[in-house]
Amino acid sequence: MRFLSTRRRHPAARASLLVFALIVMGALYAAFAPASQSSADTGTSQQVAEGKNLFAVGCAACHGLNGEGQSTGEIQGPPLTGVGAAAVDFQVGTGRMPLARPEAQAPVKANRYTPEEIASLEAYVSSLGPGPDVPDPAEYDAANVSAEDVARGGELFRTNCSACHNFEGAGGALPGGKYAPSLYGSSNKTIYEAMVTGPQQMPVFSDGVVRPEDKRAIIAYLRTLHQRPDEGGLSLGGLGPVSEGLWAWIAGLGTLMGISVWIAAKGAKAK
Amino acid sequence: MSDLIRHGGNDDDAGGDNEHAMDTQAQRSAELETVRDSGRYPVPDPGMEEHLPRLTDVDEKAFDRATRQVATMFGLVPVLAIAFVVVYFAVPRDATFLDTNAKNLFLGLTAGLALLLIGVGAVQWSRQLMDDHEMIDHRHGAASTEEDVEYVLRELQAGADESKIKRRKVLGYSLVGALGALALPIIVSFADLGPKPTKRLRAATIETTIWKQGIKLVHDVTFVPIKASEMVIGQLVNAQPENLKELEGTDQLVQRAKASIIIVRMDPNSIKIPDSRKDWQVGGILCYSKICTHVGCPISLWEQQTHHLLCPCHQSTFDLGDSGVVVFGPAARALPQLPITTDAEGFLVARSGFTVPVGPSYFERDSRGDYKGE
Repeated sequence: MRFLSTRRRHPAARASLLVFALIVMGALYAAFAPASQSSADTGTSQQVAEGKNLFAVGCAACHGLNGEGQSTGEIQGPPLTGVGAAAVDFQVGTGRMPLARPEAQAPVKANRYTPEEIASLEAYVSSLGPGPDVPDPAEYDAANVSAEDVARGGELFRTNCSACHNFEGAGGALPGGKYAPSLYGSSNKTIYEAMVTGPQQMPVFSDGVVRPEDKRAIIAYLRTLHQRPDEGGLSLGGLGPVSEGLWAWIAGLGTLMGISVWIAAKGAKAK
Repeated sequence: MSDLIRHGGNDDDAGGDNEHAMDTQAQRSAELETVRDSGRYPVPDPGMEEHLPRLTDVDEKAFDRATRQVATMFGLVPVLAIAFVVVYFAVPRDATFLDTNAKNLFLGLTAGLALLLIGVGAVQWSRQLMDDHEMIDHRHGAASTEEDVEYVLRELQAGADESKIKRRKVLGYSLVGALGALALPIIVSFADLGPKPTKRLRAATIETTIWKQGIKLVHDVTFVPIKASEMVIGQLVNAQPENLKELEGTDQLVQRAKASIIIVRMDPNSIKIPDSRKDWQVGGILCYSKICTHVGCPISLWEQQTHHLLCPCHQSTFDLGDSGVVVFGPAARALPQLPITTDAEGFLVARSGFTVPVGPSYFERDSRGDYKGE
């Protein structure tokens, strides 16, 4: 105790006391707080009811209390009738929804919902009208796609997707502060759901036109592309002439100019 | 110091030294003469800068330091050269480093750094160690001396005499005729730039596509025909005419370049469909040329909520919810719309070909048929 009392006026005393108190509080909370457990489905109607409650808290401000959408006023949101469970899984699962504020783009952010809560939301939104379901893992599994199909996926990607997402899937700009996000790091499921549901400004690529095997080929192509090392050196973001030109003109030419200045400079003199 | 050394004959800018220049003209030889022309400049020539010794000139330690720097740089080159060889044999072809091919990266780094060190070392050597003194490089005229000119002319004359071209003029004429005739094949081959784009030729080539009544709309890559019922609202399809499949090689590419289309489905209540185009669409499914009317980039950057189609080349923006009119950018004409309908099985087919030429503008293009809003 002598050790503590002699150091009670030490500059770090307050801070360490605070840290200690926080640790104690955390330990107490962990000991007494109820363990989170996934509640088993007791029935679809209950899940829908839970989803409706969650919807009223997180979504209704923009999408209306019954998902009917709001097209007037400052806060607007599209109707959610018929968007399906896949849209909910995409939007909420990647943290795009709920939006932090009304803005041009819905950026990816940390998802605050548990899988059970997302499932309830999916059940509720699906009850508003029939729409695409969350895809089966087999539908977006790109592991056993043949090399021919990967090549076909590349052709499909360049025809259908590269206009916005760039030829490497690095993303690109859209008018008015919007952008097509980079596909690096997007999961197979996310890419599949995006094609089926057409989130935000992205068009829909329905199964009737871009068939499920075509979608799988596109995903396999992206996987192949993104797992392959850059044989020619650093990719500079794969953005094409913009980033490459920037490097060549600013970094490359700048270095050359610096060297020429150094060659011609007079240098230090003795006097 | 302020003097320019000029060839003796040059007297047009001698200023106050005119007399001097006249003198030199008299003796038009190869002799170099000093001409003072400082009168031409409003600011007096400051002359050569005072010579200041470098640190390495006066301080032996600085000299040693610079020597060490240069020798170290040169000394690192063999190390890098050996590293290159080691990388060449030791690094496997498929090894990666920072998501790039490790072998290529390190081969480039070692070889590049070695070359750079040789260059930097050489510059440092010449800047710090080599003798430092100012020099004047005399500038003089580029004309040959009179003797040289005379000699060359004499030799030419002698050559002409020896070739007997003056005694038998026909030799010269036939040679000129032979060389002149060779121009003919060159000129004739310019015909390959043609054929001349006459009205009839334009109508048969750039002003027409392979779209005809009843041709099915098929997906661009898979050639799957498209059912109207499979198009959901917000859908975009990059499509082609079904008869493109029958073509091969260059012909297919040429036709693809003109016939490419995009099909979109929008909520019919949220878009404007003019009365004249009521039967060009099927329940909000509209079909447009994919070729930008500005300079002909293929465009499919479509925002499904705003219905705007953006060309990434120059940001021309077309409103597909309003018959493809231009809402932004340098394009001057609305995107041509293809009239479509469904066949008995529900597949989308063309009602006719395009009613106006697709693609970018050109001088002779008749723009009277273009959609200008209603």
